[in-house]
Amino acid sequence: MSAEALSVRALTKVFRVADAKGRRAEFTAVNDVSFALEPAGSLGIVGESGSGKTTVARMLVGLEPATSGTMTVLGQDRSQPARKAADRRERARQMQVVFQDPYTSLDPSQTIGSAVEEVLRAHSALTGPARTARLTDLMDQVGLDTRQTAARPRELSGGQRQRAAIARALAADPKVLILDEAVSALDVSIQAQVLNLLSDIRAATGIAYVLISHDLAVVRQLCDTVLVMRKGEIVERGDCANVLDHPEQEYTRVLRASVPVAGWKPLTSARQAEPS
Amino acid sequence: MLELNDLDVALRVGGRMRRVLSGLSLSVAAGEAVGLVGESGSGKSMTVRAVTRLLPEGAAVSGRIRFDGRDVAAMDAPALRRYRDRDVGMIFQDPRAHIDPTYRIGSFLTEALRVNRGVGPAAARRQATELLAAVGIDDPERRVRQYPHEVSGGMLQRVMIASVLAAEPRLILADEPTTALDVTIQAEVVAILDRLRRDRGIGMLFITHDLDLALAICDRVAVMYAGSIVEIRSARDLHRSACHPYTVGLLGSRPSIQARVDKLVAIPGRPVSAFEAPPDGCAFTDRCAHAEPDCLHGRPALEPFNDGLVRCRRVADLAVLAESRPESPAAPPSEPAAKSVVEPPAESPAEEGTQP
Repeated sequence: MSAEALSVRALTKVFRVADAKGRRAEFTAVNDVSFALEPAGSLGIVGESGSGKTTVARMLVGLEPATSGTMTVLGQDRSQPARKAADRRERARQMQVVFQDPYTSLDPSQTIGSAVEEVLRAHSALTGPARTARLTDLMDQVGLDTRQTAARPRELSGGQRQRAAIARALAADPKVLILDEAVSALDVSIQAQVLNLLSDIRAATGIAYVLISHDLAVVRQLCDTVLVMRKGEIVERGDCANVLDHPEQEYTRVLRASVPVAGWKPLTSARQAEPS
Repeated sequence: MLELNDLDVALRVGGRMRRVLSGLSLSVAAGEAVGLVGESGSGKSMTVRAVTRLLPEGAAVSGRIRFDGRDVAAMDAPALRRYRDRDVGMIFQDPRAHIDPTYRIGSFLTEALRVNRGVGPAAARRQATELLAAVGIDDPERRVRQYPHEVSGGMLQRVMIASVLAAEPRLILADEPTTALDVTIQAEVVAILDRLRRDRGIGMLFITHDLDLALAICDRVAVMYAGSIVEIRSARDLHRSACHPYTVGLLGSRPSIQARVDKLVAIPGRPVSAFEAPPDGCAFTDRCAHAEPDCLHGRPALEPFNDGLVRCRRVADLAVLAESRPESPAAPPSEPAAKSVVEPPAESPAEEGTQP
């Protein structure tokens, strides 16, 4: 068994599309992406629209088959879609995902507690009082009280729903958690709460994170290493602080310089900063 | 130029009146850029709607909105049309929702010039291409023949800015104009808006959830909470020495691109709207680390403090507390400073990379 929580080699996704004249064409959304993630590690994947970061996330969680390349989670190959229900369940236990909008990933008619317990029932051997105790632990861990546990998604605020989605993901006791823009839609004061929560959970459980984000400051706060993607390819990678403080690639520099800070003078044109 | 005085707005929601703005006072001088920053439900977008008299039907409004001394509420239909067409220009978050998809970009731009300004067709076309060039669009001759769906969101937002500039307004109301854009495109669009606005001496009310962005491009920044302003001061001072506990909390909540902190200063609870806030006392009390029993009674006024205005009855006590401590209360001394006490920007590494 590999020491890596997650290992991705030469991952490529080519979509069949129609060109302007309706002819068949190919579009390479992700091209030759490789990376590895240590257990308890935290990797940020940053990029703008069209960078391929979301397609990488979708392939990781099995929502999109890869055109070529391999993926292993805890040493087990998952390059191909799972064929059997038992395989799918096994994969779900290893890796879970939290999306940007928890409202669309939680069942509106199900209480938060029931949604989390359902995952415990599917993925753990716990029964009866032990399962209830685990449910209470999980809700405590994400900071939801008994009233909120009994509530339905629409009765909760965006931040509380996102906590519920995190609790539900953690219920499977995964080794890897994919966070696909998971804090992007939250208000600033709530985003801080959820970022602190995610840091605490990683410290407490040794879970590994892959954070897909357009927000460099969020990535710096939560991740140890970072990949910068552009047009389907990795343009720069490395230690998060190092890449952001001393970017080597012009694109990373532009991305970094585009983030407003006090005393910031916006670039008149990002295109001017591209290598000619 | 624009003056809002003790503005209260309530909207009819399911038969009940819900207050969204509560005692809001704000002014924008000619040529000045004022940022209006707040979280969901703070009422920042409703402020823009009130200024343009675009509030939903059945809204109850009290207080005054004046533009150049004229009462906006008292304007008759022709005066209101002139005010919206010529005095204020609006830029919204989603240009696709505000630009007619069946018009070519050129027609969209020339329509306003021809209808409102009486410019002839040839001159309008020439001005339209000049405007597109001014907002940094390459090959404007080709762009005027394209439809909105043929161009990217960032380019369409620049078209929107061009159309607003075409009307030569005195005041631009920009409601989250770059929120939907990629960060590099945001930087470009903001730079263009900032430069053209300054060159032409146009005032701006810039609505955003992004405090850093507001601080970067506005002269003064107002922070909203539960339908009213809790603090307003110059962008430079707000960044260095915010006084209201909510502003301090917001500054510390945002992770910094310059350094990781052990713990972000999370404000407990969630932001509330004006109608959710308790009728008596300070609206921020239940989330405030410095609240005292007295904070629950009587609404604090927005009062002068350290060259700004602050709505907090404890502001003088808190300022003494902050001075007696070397570091931000948010960050233990060992870790990188939280944003509210970040060193002057000239020394920050980000600054070097951002100079064109």
